[in-house]
Amino acid sequence: MNTNVAVDAQNVGKIYGIGNSAVTALGDVSLSIQKGEFFTLLGPSGCGKTTLLRCIAGFETPTSGAIHLSGRDITHTPPNARPVNTVFQSYALFPHLTVAQNVGFGLKMLGKPADEVTKSVARVLALVKLEEFADRFPQQLSGGQQQRVALARALAPEPEVLLLDEPLSALDLKLRKEMQSELKRLQTETGITFIFVTHDQEEALTMSDRIGVMSRGALLQVGTPHEIYENPADRFVADFIGETNFLEGTVADGKVRIGTGDVLDVALKVQTGAVTLAIRPEQVSIVPTGSGIAAKITETTYMGTDTHYTLALDDGSDIVARVQSNTTQAHKVGDAVAIRIGTVQVLQS
Amino acid sequence: MSKPSGQRSKGVNGWLLSTPALVLLLLAASGPLLIVAAYSVMEKGDYSGVRWVLSGEGWFRVLFERDIFDQTVSLADANLSIFWRSVKLSIATTLITFFLGLPTAWFIATRPASSRAFWLFLITIPFWTNLLIRTFAIMEVIRNQGILNTALMKSGLISEPIQILYTDTAVLIGMAYVYLPLMVLPLYAAVDRFDFKLIEAGYDLYASRWQILRRVILPIIKPGIIAGSILVFIPSLGAYVTPRVLGGGKNMMIGNFIELQFGQGQNWPLGAALSTVLLLVVLVSLVVYTRVSSRDNQDG
Repeated sequence: MNTNVAVDAQNVGKIYGIGNSAVTALGDVSLSIQKGEFFTLLGPSGCGKTTLLRCIAGFETPTSGAIHLSGRDITHTPPNARPVNTVFQSYALFPHLTVAQNVGFGLKMLGKPADEVTKSVARVLALVKLEEFADRFPQQLSGGQQQRVALARALAPEPEVLLLDEPLSALDLKLRKEMQSELKRLQTETGITFIFVTHDQEEALTMSDRIGVMSRGALLQVGTPHEIYENPADRFVADFIGETNFLEGTVADGKVRIGTGDVLDVALKVQTGAVTLAIRPEQVSIVPTGSGIAAKITETTYMGTDTHYTLALDDGSDIVARVQSNTTQAHKVGDAVAIRIGTVQVLQS
Repeated sequence: MSKPSGQRSKGVNGWLLSTPALVLLLLAASGPLLIVAAYSVMEKGDYSGVRWVLSGEGWFRVLFERDIFDQTVSLADANLSIFWRSVKLSIATTLITFFLGLPTAWFIATRPASSRAFWLFLITIPFWTNLLIRTFAIMEVIRNQGILNTALMKSGLISEPIQILYTDTAVLIGMAYVYLPLMVLPLYAAVDRFDFKLIEAGYDLYASRWQILRRVILPIIKPGIIAGSILVFIPSLGAYVTPRVLGGGKNMMIGNFIELQFGQGQNWPLGAALSTVLLLVVLVSLVVYTRVSSRDNQDG
């Protein structure tokens, strides 16, 4: 086995209940996460990402398959015997302990001598910039500060893998952006493998080294943010990551004919049959009538830097174009224009 | 300019308006206590009641007794042993109700929300039943020909009935049964507020089950433990019916001993002095308890 693998999940499945009432939370997931990697499990709620995380933490035991941590089988190891720590969505800070006692809890339970605990706590609190709050109680801190305490508490025992269960979901947008770069910095500084669970695709794209997209208990695609965005494996991934237009088409003569009768020259993996074209809004440009596919503007949304135009094609399908606001003349609703389509992903229908 | 005087008159009005409540409080709460305290420093009447003469005899007799013939003074061992038994049995009752009450409260708090009301109702049913009837029911269970002994003898585990009734054990069983709801309810309230994610957090941070109990669960539900302990310990200390019915005439607790002074003993000053002592013991234990628990808090 590759010694650079931190977590290796093989055919992990989790089924709740038995018989007719059985619910499959996790299908048959296989995944290798490299040491020192910032790995994100991304998917809508109920997709099994948290279940997978809880299996790695040890709070759930998979009903099938195995999980290895640095080569050791930990499938049935209890959480308190795994060198893995979790940052909980609700933080789960101990309300009766001070910030320093919270952060030192894991080390104390590991039986580290008191002076070593004190030193580690001071070091980790400095890392998350909370030195002056050491003697406060969690309920005296703001949400963002509590978040940092939860992080510090999970980092203090220096786990091999840090698990983060949607830790930023309770923060407001500004704080969330701040914590995103903070997390990235902490991960680089400590070199610890981070496994991050989120349903926020933007968060996943900005922070991760690699992303695993999940849906309905299955892992659909694993790749770098760039790969996932530019080369989605299927319609679900394309739709979930960023905004995407879908146009149905048929393959004929190595080209794709869409509903309007227009023919697009795109790179094809298949030679015949029905396909779905995934087109990012920024790949759609608006051109004068006659120089592209005929379209009519049905809606405009000014977004600051960009303007989003919703356009209706002749066959009734809609397509969204994202255009830089300052470089184009504003189009109005009802304007007859034409569109030109740049890069297109062809997906099997 | 008129604001200060307006405020003052509002304050005076406030006092005037609360006068009825204050009078009632003084008469109803402090009045009887003052009467008890006053009786304790008077001379005992010929048959009962008190003579309105100042005397320290009542307080003296709490701890000491005089020989009938030569008037030599010695420690009243009987009184002390009754006090000691009361404290001992009350502490034991508190411990028993805690060890039975915590799992019970935990069980209820972890049921689905829809069935919790049902379980709480079951816990409170004994409250709606007369104490005397409940105590006699316990008697029916533990007496020599009772349910427990009959069952044990039928099953061949014992050949002779075990004498439980009229022992300290009987009193303990009775008090634990009677006061259990008073422990369960505050514990339930505390466990219900407990965030079960904290157990996962502790488990994740290398704590064993025992450490999670000691370092996470118990410190957080401590207010419930303190409330339950006070609610059980104080009435246990002054219990009257339970030791009277289940303990028989010999295994008295302070409550019975005080009643004796106002009844057969015909020594009201001693009874009043004993009552005051009981009140002081309760107050002191309350203060000690809160001090100890708040100091624990700082230790973490």
